[in-house]
Order: sequence, then C-alpha cells, then structure tokens
Amino acid sequence: MSVVIIDYGSGNLHSAAKAFERAAREAELDLAITVSSDPNIVAKADRIVLPGVGAFADCRRGLDSVPGMVEVLQRRVHEDHRPFLGICVGMQLMATRGLEHTTSYGLDWIHGDVKTIEPKDPSLKIPHMGWNTLELAKPHPVLDGIPTGPDGLHAYFVHSYALSPNDPADVVATTDYGGSVTAIVGRDNLVGTQFHPEKSQALGLKLIANFLRWRP
Amino acid sequence: MLKVRLIPCLDVKDGRVVKGVQFLDLVDAGDPVEAAKAYDAAGADELCFLDITASHEARGILLDVVQRTAEACFMPLTVGGGVRTVEDIRNLLLAGADKVSINTAAVKNPDFVREASEKFGNQCIVVAIDAKKVSGEGEPPRWEIFTHGGRTATGIDAIAFARQVTDLGAGELLVTSMDRDGTKGGYDLALVRAIADAVSVPVIASGGVGNLDHLVDGVSKGHASAVLAASIFHFGTHTISEAKGYMARAGLKMRLDEPAHP
Repeated sequence: MSVVIIDYGSGNLHSAAKAFERAAREAELDLAITVSSDPNIVAKADRIVLPGVGAFADCRRGLDSVPGMVEVLQRRVHEDHRPFLGICVGMQLMATRGLEHTTSYGLDWIHGDVKTIEPKDPSLKIPHMGWNTLELAKPHPVLDGIPTGPDGLHAYFVHSYALSPNDPADVVATTDYGGSVTAIVGRDNLVGTQFHPEKSQALGLKLIANFLRWRP
Repeated sequence: MLKVRLIPCLDVKDGRVVKGVQFLDLVDAGDPVEAAKAYDAAGADELCFLDITASHEARGILLDVVQRTAEACFMPLTVGGGVRTVEDIRNLLLAGADKVSINTAAVKNPDFVREASEKFGNQCIVVAIDAKKVSGEGEPPRWEIFTHGGRTATGIDAIAFARQVTDLGAGELLVTSMDRDGTKGGYDLALVRAIADAVSVPVIASGGVGNLDHLVDGVSKGHASAVLAASIFHFGTHTISEAKGYMARAGLKMRLDEPAHP
C-alpha cells in the first residue's frame, strides 16, 4: 500500500512524513510513504494526505500551480474513492470557500465556508494556539480508541480561521474555544483535521494509524 | 478547553546544549536531540531551542539539530536566535521548526515581521521581546526593549513595540524580562501582564523562573497563555510532570495526557 503526502510548497513535510512512518511502524502496517508534488504519484497512491500551513488563498494558489494536481485529486477522491486526509489548511481547502483576507475557492468537497474564529469571550487570544480536547459529534473510524470529551486526549491546534460545514452531518468532532469550533470533518472517503495530528503526540499518532487502516 | 502550555527552553551553541541537562536516562546530556526527546517523553507541551552560536557560518549545525529533533519529536518546536532574513526562516521551517522566533531583526526593522508573516503565515512567526524596566521608584512603570542579550538599550517602549509587531503579523510574543533572566526570582509579572493585556495574540512568559509558583503566577497574575523555563528543568530541580501537576493543582487547565513513548 502506498501513501502520498502532497508537496505543494506549503510547510515542512519531512516531519509529517516521519510521523506517518512512525505511526505505520507502531501499527505494524507495511506501506510506503512518499512526499511528492508529482500528480502521477498521486494518481497511483492508495491513500492521499493534503497538509497545509499559512493562508488559505496562498495554499490554493500553491495547489493550482502544480499542473494537473487538482484534476488528479478530484478523480482519485470522487471516482476512485481513495481515502483522503486534509490537515489544517489542507482540511480547510476541502471547503467551498475561504474568507481569509479575500474570498477564494476551495475544492468544495465539504460544503461551507472557512471563516475567522470569533470567541464569545473577547479576552481569548487569536490564533487559537495550543492543546485542546475534542467533542465527538459522530463516531468515525479515525477516532477509534481515542478518548474524547473534557477528560480525553489533546490535539495541537494553531489557527485563526475555521470551517463551518453547511451540513452538520459533515462534522465529526468539535473543540471548545469560546464556542464550538470544527475540529474534524468527514464524509464518505474524506476526512480532515483542523489540528495537526503530526504534532499531537499520542492522539496524533493514533489518528494517523487509524487513517492508514481506514477502509471507507 | 484550551490548556496552558509549559515550554522548556534549551540554549544551543555550536550544536550542543550549553547549560547541560540533568536527566538520568540520557546517553548524551549535551545533545539537544536527546534532551528534546526526553522532554517530549516527559509531556512538555512545546519545545524551544535558542541558538546562541556566535558565528553565522555555523547555522548548518543548527539546521541538522532541528531536522533530527523534528524526526523524533511529534510536538511543536520553536527555534530562535540569529534569525535575520526570510531565507533563515525558510531554512528553519524546512528543517522541521514549526515556529521561528525573531528578536534583533524585528527591532532593527519591524517591517521584517510583516514580510515574514505574509510569506509564512502569522502562526509561525514569534517575536521575542527582551525588555528591562527603565522607570524609577514611584514613577509609572515603563519598560524598554534591549538587544544583544540585554546589553544594548534601544529607547523603544516595550508595550508600544508589542502592539506594533502584533499589528504587523506576529502570531505570538515571547516576553523575557532581562532584569529577571537567570535570577530565579520569578517573571516580571507587571511586564508580562502589561503586554498580554495589550495584544490579541498569545504571550509566552520567560525569564526568571526559580520555583513552580513562578510558573503559576505567570498565568494567573501575568495573564500569559504559556510559560517558558530553562534552568529548573535543565538542572533537574523539577520535572515537567511535577510542574504540570503542580500547576493543575493550583487551578490551571493543564494537558496531563500520557505522552507517546518513543
């Protein structure tokens, strides 16, 4: 089995790859993890990971700047039903639109907009930065064996914008930051985390291993 | 609910930990990667490397340390010291740093903060503010920015500078009291609070921690989102889990997960 982490000029993918390698090793899964910007490799990969760091519009531009990448992604995800994981801005790109600075368009897999977080308590800092717990909205295989709720494990967040799906059924988990903020979205073979599993220690490695085993 | 972050900081010079780390189980206490792994296993919420290597030519050694750390530790890593150019930032991020801390370069040219945050996103740009109290007894408190390890006064007001760099795109501020650094007398809580209350981004308190109450005070009285300490952990005075347990018992919201074991 092969896993591709898409390199489109956003963030450090070397450490993400190491987290996937370790999760695979601990779960005793035999798979090849590749970091690549080559649509031909994405076209053959069994599982696809889209990371992303920075601003929504920049990431979208980065994705568009790789000829053929968006087309291959659409095909692998929608026609071939390959398991897909979006991370942070990679998850936000699954949305219809991003409203960060300007309006730009996402992949429109999860209908909804990416908007600025507005905590009810104005003393809360933006970015929402650090470790927070998850509130389960609906069971999902990527959360198998991961304790959620106030006494559950923590995930590492760093973001000022969040995805609000139009259909509440697309929300897998939320986190509390002066109100409910989308933490995980999921539909069919697609899943996305606002937090960084590759930086989330125990919870992150477990979630990655679950994704690698997931058969949607 | 978001938890308070406890951040151990390692001073690194020519690829080695300067102060030394007293963990019983470390093969090589001078290797920052070994120390980072130990802190990771102990449940630190983030790690901070401060590079105090004098020569710019030795940057390659630091990049190697960052890369090896990022391969072994699945938690956020901030790297600071001698960051002067966009290229410096890019190299650190590509090596595996999650955030880069800018100090003197931000004071010399605040617009560098804008350039950096536009290029890499404000979530990875930390501005390190080193300040000293310059007001006398009975005067309203005033702090000034110092550079070059606290030797050079700039005449810049610390609170105004904090507001300025936040407006320019800093995603987080690391506030160090040069009066308290190394004293073990506790953070300058008035300084930390004045800055934390003035800006909308998270503030990390730094400089002067000598006991666990100081960590609690940094949050409860200094209004910091995160607390950083070096020597109490390096010299084995306290462990990370002792510190987090203490802070939790004092009523702070802490992450007490079982860490992932290597």
